[in-house]
Amino acid sequence: MMRTLSLELFHICSVDGGYTRSLRNQFPKQRNPPLPIPVLKKRKRLRFTHSSFICSATLAVMPDEKKKVFDVESAASLVKELRGSFNAGKTKSYEWRIAQLKGIEKMIDEREKDIIEALHEDLSKPELEAFVSEVSMSKGACKLALKELGHWMKPEKAKTSMTTYPSSAEIVSEPLGVVLVISTWNYPFLLSIDPVIGAIAAGNAVVLKPSEIAPAISTLLSKLLEEYLDNSSIRVVEGAVAETTALLEQKWDKIFYTGSPRVGRIVMAAAAKHLTPVTLELGGKCPVVVDSNVNLQVAVRRIIAGKWACNNGQACIAPDYVITTKDFAPKLIDVLRHELEEFFGKNPIESEDMSRIVSVQHFKRLTRLLDEDEVSDKIIIGGQRDENQLKIAPTILVDVPEDTEIMKEEIFGPLLPILTVENLEESFDVINSKSKPLAAYLFSENKQLQKDFVNNISSGGMLINDTILHLTVSSLPFGGVGESGMGSYHGKFSFDTFSHKKAVLYRGFTGESPARYPPYTPGKLKLLKTLTSGNIVSILLALLGFSKD
Amino acid sequence: MAEIVKHLEPDLEELRESYRSGKTKEASWRKSQLKGLLTLLKEQEKDIFKALEQDLGKHYAESYRDEVGTLTKSVNLALSSLKDWMSSRKAKLPIAAFPSTAEVFPEPLGLVLIISSWNFPFGLSLEPVIGAIAAGNSVVLKPSELAPASSSLLAKTIPTYLDKKAVKVIEGGAAIGEHLLRCKWDKIFFTGNARVGRIVLTAAANYLTPVTLELGGKCPAIFDSFSSSWDKEMVIKRVLGGKFGACAGQACIAIDYILVQEGFAPTLLELLRSMTKKMFGENPRETKSMARIINKQHFLRLKNLLDDPSVQSSIVHGGGMDEDNLFIEPTILMNPPLKASIMTDEIFGPLLPIITLKKIEDSIEFINSRPKALAIYVFTKNETLKRRIISETSSGSVTFNDAIIQYAADTIPFGGVGESGFGRYHGKFSFDTFTHEKAILRRSLLTEFWFRFPPWNDFKLALTKSAYSFDYFGFLLVLLGLKKNS
Repeated sequence: MMRTLSLELFHICSVDGGYTRSLRNQFPKQRNPPLPIPVLKKRKRLRFTHSSFICSATLAVMPDEKKKVFDVESAASLVKELRGSFNAGKTKSYEWRIAQLKGIEKMIDEREKDIIEALHEDLSKPELEAFVSEVSMSKGACKLALKELGHWMKPEKAKTSMTTYPSSAEIVSEPLGVVLVISTWNYPFLLSIDPVIGAIAAGNAVVLKPSEIAPAISTLLSKLLEEYLDNSSIRVVEGAVAETTALLEQKWDKIFYTGSPRVGRIVMAAAAKHLTPVTLELGGKCPVVVDSNVNLQVAVRRIIAGKWACNNGQACIAPDYVITTKDFAPKLIDVLRHELEEFFGKNPIESEDMSRIVSVQHFKRLTRLLDEDEVSDKIIIGGQRDENQLKIAPTILVDVPEDTEIMKEEIFGPLLPILTVENLEESFDVINSKSKPLAAYLFSENKQLQKDFVNNISSGGMLINDTILHLTVSSLPFGGVGESGMGSYHGKFSFDTFSHKKAVLYRGFTGESPARYPPYTPGKLKLLKTLTSGNIVSILLALLGFSKD
Repeated sequence: MAEIVKHLEPDLEELRESYRSGKTKEASWRKSQLKGLLTLLKEQEKDIFKALEQDLGKHYAESYRDEVGTLTKSVNLALSSLKDWMSSRKAKLPIAAFPSTAEVFPEPLGLVLIISSWNFPFGLSLEPVIGAIAAGNSVVLKPSELAPASSSLLAKTIPTYLDKKAVKVIEGGAAIGEHLLRCKWDKIFFTGNARVGRIVLTAAANYLTPVTLELGGKCPAIFDSFSSSWDKEMVIKRVLGGKFGACAGQACIAIDYILVQEGFAPTLLELLRSMTKKMFGENPRETKSMARIINKQHFLRLKNLLDDPSVQSSIVHGGGMDEDNLFIEPTILMNPPLKASIMTDEIFGPLLPIITLKKIEDSIEFINSRPKALAIYVFTKNETLKRRIISETSSGSVTFNDAIIQYAADTIPFGGVGESGFGRYHGKFSFDTFTHEKAILRRSLLTEFWFRFPPWNDFKLALTKSAYSFDYFGFLLVLLGLKKNS
């Protein structure tokens, strides 16, 4: 009974995209007619260790007892408290940063099972996928930061020029202060913890607002961070629009947002009030261009891995659509059909190796895309759906008209339209006619085409002959451009994103040119001219009274 | 105005078309534009001096030092480094990703807007233009209408020296600025005050446009006690150069006020007085070596700062004003009330308050209780104090034993933090500011680990886990069927 209750609640929450907290609190009094509640199919592998925790929390709230809502005042006092810790200098020390990072590492090690279970609860994410794309990626980021932190924190020596001679200079990385991380639901653990690692490594106090659309992870994060990390400087605020709005009212020293361009605009406008710098990790329609000269089986497997094996297409760098030549399309489709069956079986809806759609709302959005006129008849593989399980089969469409919704908005789900062109160079125009994507993929052995692709397509990142993988390379900056966002992170870039690069210049007391100071004379101008030219010979000449000028 | 607005859309379309055509991406184009700028600076030097004299009463030596000279140096640096800046950087890869290569590829952002300021109307306009061009963007520059001679000289000369289909100057005031902010840009680079900075940022949010804000703030100078007379003379010169010598204090990195230990204050004041006389003469109104105030409005603003009687009574040197010529003498104040506007607002003029502290170390707390400054200057030989300033305060930059000069150092970033702005430029940083760093990973299509793909099972999970933990022995055991996923 308890179990069903909590699950139902979560589904109600995901319908309207949030307000988990308020709904949970008002549950006994709820007057709205319950929305159609999908029944989660129970699976053997899954153990709901958390449901009892959530449930007791839910039931503990008495009908007349109003839990204090997180409003602007609570947000203000939270920021004030964290600012106090930051100003005391606590978070700046190397030791504090290392201790917190070790806390995260320990948390992931000890609570891996809980994390994977919560991911299953929120998204039916297969265990291996959850392990690879969330647990081990987070652990990797943490390990790297632990290993490199000393190196990252070291001031960077800079060369100095003749104009400022004699002097020495360095660039010092300093924390920004109190930062806000707003994350999202598709990789709810990784996309929360990864920026938090960067913020901590850089020595900031952090507030994390996980997504209410993945409630199990949100609750888990709130619990775990409290248990494993220093609460005087690191906090989790759970909630939806109201809580986020209260947070955005505050003055932050940096806001790191992952999500949609629409909310990205709201975040940036809110940040403008306080001149707060933002990093926006958004999405976009990531194209995949497939040439005819490739090892088709490998290419197709890599497309499938990036699309359906990554949260069932609900990823900001998932392939959104494919462009290939008219002649090659049938072959590509054949192999796709074959490999999809290989991976997910004849009835993919029943496959446990694929995540479900996160919420009824998103399920409806996706089926609406499919049901549009001129789209529904273009389906050549898949199309099956099961609203109760929130599952949609891998679906492939061919030559959907450009002016349909599916070709205009980011799909963020298991649908993959294939556009055909006469020759592959036309794909550049198709891609450039849309806003800049977060990632662009090309499968081709043709070196010239690879070069043209790199030079002519603007995107956050680019991957030749694979999908998704560039995300795992910590030596590459991960971030968008144009509509896909601004700023970047991962590895050292995460540290930099949450740091201010302070320029420090040291000057001695000797070797100064009087030309710098008033009263000014024509002779001083001449001397200045040669000094700024950086040419030693002319400087000598000028100092001796000879000048070419 | 109506004329400009009517032309705006077709003008911008032409700029976008130039960018789309790919010509601005070519190294040859970037080089030719930078060379064009160099020629402009050389051939128009006299006119630039004249415009600056007209707008701000700047002496040509100052104009050369702060604008033409610094710009020439920057263009030369961009020209000689362009190839290096433009080439992509290899990134290291873990062995697990083998066989593949990774690089970071710098690509231009597109069409960028540069809004500059009136105090260094050439320097603050062209310094970012150098970065934008070097990075391969098409550019709109809106110079400040408050320095009209400089603005119109830029509008007149830039089209003749640079590619007018890709670089345009649009003159005008706030109304034109608003019009421009309503358009879609790929980057906005703004130099000015925090109030307008907020407007720019809000407008940019509409199109998710990245912004660099170069703002100002009250830049403190901490003045430790010096004993050697050589040192004293040297640092006093640098303080005065950093206050009155740079556009009469109308500079975002000008020294705003001095913090000094009580006991040393009389000595400091004496030194400042005598050196001011050496630099600007007994009668500073006749000096040609100091700029005037930009306009009446700013003149009155500065005058008002001194109006408060308790501020007025703290004047210990200067204070004279010539409203007709918009000139204010180098003015020094001793301990004006901290609540007075002169100690809460950015001064941006030739008024220099000295605040005395019990201990010089108290300056850290003093600075930290105020918004973050664009620059902190510290005149000291005390290494402990230096270290404490670096780690315990926050500011755009810290310069020890000098002022202003960090503007000319192109190996360190120039930019603010907090209220003094965000983003950075100068040297390679200018190039980076107008560049998107595209991450590129190349893979070969050889077959690979089959356990990367579904259907998932415990065997694949165990393999993946040991691969991720670099447990090669465990990996082997799993493969041989000797170890199960725990």
